[in-house]
Amino acid sequence: MSQWVVLAVNSVSLGGLLFLLSAGFSLIFGLMRIPNLTHGSLFMLGAYVGVTGLRLGLDFWSAALLSGLAMAVLGGAMERLLLRRLQGQELPQVLLTLGLSFIVADLCLMEWTGDPISVSTPATLRGFVPVLGFVFPVYRLAIVLIAAAIAAALWLMLDRTRLGAMIRAGVDDPAIARVMGIPVSRLFTAVFCLGAGLAGFAGMLGAPILSVYPGLDGEMLPLALIVVILGGSGSLPGALVGSFVIGVLYNFGPALFPELAYVVLFLPMLLVLVLRPQGLFGRQTP
Amino acid sequence: MKPAALALAGVALLTLPYWIGGPYYVNIASQILIWAVFALGLNVLVGYGGLVSLGHAGLFGTAAYAAAWLVAAGAGQLAAATGAIGLTLLMSALFAVLALRATGIGFLMITLALGQILWGIAYRWISLTNGDNGINLSARPMPLGLSLASPAAFYFATLVIFALAVGMMACFVASPFGASLRGTRDQPRRMSALGYDVWLIRFLAVLFSGFWTGIAGLLFCYYDQFVSPHLLTLSSSAEVLLMVISGGSGTLLGPIAGAALVVAMKTIASAYIERWNLVLGAIFVAIIVLMPEGLVPGSRRLWRWALQRRGTPAEGVAR
Amino acid sequence: MIALEARALSKSFGGLRVSADVSLAVEAGERRLIIGPNGAGKTTLFNLITGELRPDSGSVHLLGRDITSVPSRRRAHLGLARTYQIITLFPRDTLLHNVMLALLGLSPLRWNPVVELASCSALRQRALDALARVGLEGSADQPLAETTYGERRRVEIAMALAQRPAVLLLDEPFAGLSIPERQQVLNLLLAIPRDTTIVMIEHDMDVALEFAERITLLHFGAVIVEGTRRDVVDDPRTREVYLGA
Repeated sequence: MSQWVVLAVNSVSLGGLLFLLSAGFSLIFGLMRIPNLTHGSLFMLGAYVGVTGLRLGLDFWSAALLSGLAMAVLGGAMERLLLRRLQGQELPQVLLTLGLSFIVADLCLMEWTGDPISVSTPATLRGFVPVLGFVFPVYRLAIVLIAAAIAAALWLMLDRTRLGAMIRAGVDDPAIARVMGIPVSRLFTAVFCLGAGLAGFAGMLGAPILSVYPGLDGEMLPLALIVVILGGSGSLPGALVGSFVIGVLYNFGPALFPELAYVVLFLPMLLVLVLRPQGLFGRQTP
Repeated sequence: MKPAALALAGVALLTLPYWIGGPYYVNIASQILIWAVFALGLNVLVGYGGLVSLGHAGLFGTAAYAAAWLVAAGAGQLAAATGAIGLTLLMSALFAVLALRATGIGFLMITLALGQILWGIAYRWISLTNGDNGINLSARPMPLGLSLASPAAFYFATLVIFALAVGMMACFVASPFGASLRGTRDQPRRMSALGYDVWLIRFLAVLFSGFWTGIAGLLFCYYDQFVSPHLLTLSSSAEVLLMVISGGSGTLLGPIAGAALVVAMKTIASAYIERWNLVLGAIFVAIIVLMPEGLVPGSRRLWRWALQRRGTPAEGVAR
Repeated sequence: MIALEARALSKSFGGLRVSADVSLAVEAGERRLIIGPNGAGKTTLFNLITGELRPDSGSVHLLGRDITSVPSRRRAHLGLARTYQIITLFPRDTLLHNVMLALLGLSPLRWNPVVELASCSALRQRALDALARVGLEGSADQPLAETTYGERRRVEIAMALAQRPAVLLLDEPFAGLSIPERQQVLNLLLAIPRDTTIVMIEHDMDVALEFAERITLLHFGAVIVEGTRRDVVDDPRTREVYLGA
């Protein structure tokens, strides 16, 4: 019995991490129509940067913020220096992000070596807390709370601010958005920075649970992809729902179907593709 | 290609084991041919169909694993080969039905996901695939009783298949169906209005592409005598895609040149540099930013530009 | 005999009604002109007729047969051809290849993956003949990208005619053409034999009125006036639509 509770808690906390990762991916895809194949690498690199921050004496939260900021800057540079040169050409942009993901992966290997690095849970959030007769790890609950807070903040931003309105307009119809004077190019950079920053922050946030190791990028990217195809591109509610569905499948799958765990993970995505290609909450067909 | 150049290439390929300097290089040549067939297969979709797939390593691996599994289970070589290609065609059909729900980027994402699923099966369904340990083949097949154990013998067998592949591709490209496929790449809406069944054309193209991808996978299985999940990773799909775009999609020579380039670089560079992925990624980025049409058309373009600067009348507009 | 008929075609996008209960019947061999201000729903009507858009209600009949549920790609085989406002041909290919693609579209040969297209001499000849009908057989081997806009429009018409359609839909065929080019295209269209029924959308009244026998005026997705050239030109509602209430 308690095994299932543990899996449930892990599902929810993974869901929270996935949301932070996929929200950025979804916004980038929805606005710029490119699946950013570097997203997994940004998650991993963010975690590695955070590790270096810890080694330089920063506390956990400062390191996590550093991860987010560093990835935001890197993302912005990627967008302005490379992606913008290929403006309008979706396929070359996607392939560019693919190439960059290989470069980042190997650079990480060179800098931080191939050994997995474990990160200790921040001191204030160690231990367990009793809830309703069960004990839950504090840190995993904290992740869920942080993800929820960021989700709320993102939703407020999209719904209430000018920037959010511009993003939503750009997602709905980029051509009209341009005609209406929305600075689409600057918007692209902003959204890319935001997405990359969230990914990097998520990487560090997840480090105490997942550790940091080469191949982390290859594990996280397909998950972000499934979440966005499932939930619909450019949709925050979609990313939220999708993340928790995948979090559950990722944890319960290997327990229930050890050999087909990976297939189980992709099944809802395949179903959605057959029945409703634009995703559960999506507006545009891919 | 001019007949003289073609004849020269033919002679060079036929006599390769005698001048290339050792079995190590003969093996590299075999690898280049295998990957050239793979790249040609992918190019049917990418270059002529306008459909970029990032999941083709999944089809390649399906054929390789199916062959290995059937041989290990005791099947004869013909049964193993037919079974492998048959399964790959089925898998290609499945890919097509799912991925053709979208075009462009959507198609790319779905093929990526499908390729990942196949990798996941190879990696996790241990009772079927032996997981990370892979499947070993004790010996290469002996078609018509001839041994393919030596590098030179295997090379010649591969060369025959490669020649067949190139021949069929050339036929395909020059055929009405090839023209239909190219039409759907350039103006799908117009093609539909002209009476073409765009979905069916693309579906058949995926099958044709899957067939040659499967042949390449089969060849690789016999070449290496070992299959592992690494064959189906995203980076494998990316590598073959790089071969197509670096050489130049939409030409026949391009994927072959790209395969030669990437395999040569990977093999030779790995001996000196540890970071193959870094180099792969860097080349990817460089080509996309600097010479997006690929080396073959890009070189032609440079050649014509050079001729023009010297005052020689340039050739007509190339296709 | 009615060659093309639309019965109560309606289409809305969200709250926007782009076709409101449009009915029209075109006799075999007729030359029908569809006019109306921008946004009147003329191209939408064409898209509904060719099947690129599915109507919310209503039906389309070609040569007496209800084709409402026939997929768009089959309608060419039933005798329907169209040209587009924005020319979307195959710029990397020669004029000859463009026309050959039009011919192949209706031929089972299009599924053949082994024979060499360049050696299909019967097909080539038919394509050359089609180009000759629009006066472009001399440029057959020129890439489309190197031709003028007027020439491309003629190629497009050659491609449509090559399919020997029973009904030909022309969407603003004169748009973007110079005066002499317009005359060329007009002469071309006037020379099309009566076994092809023609429906044309056009803004340029000078040339279009020379061509039309009957005119349908659309506004806000609905048919406002329909009749002979004289009827429509004299009708006060026509002036209202174009000059405002």
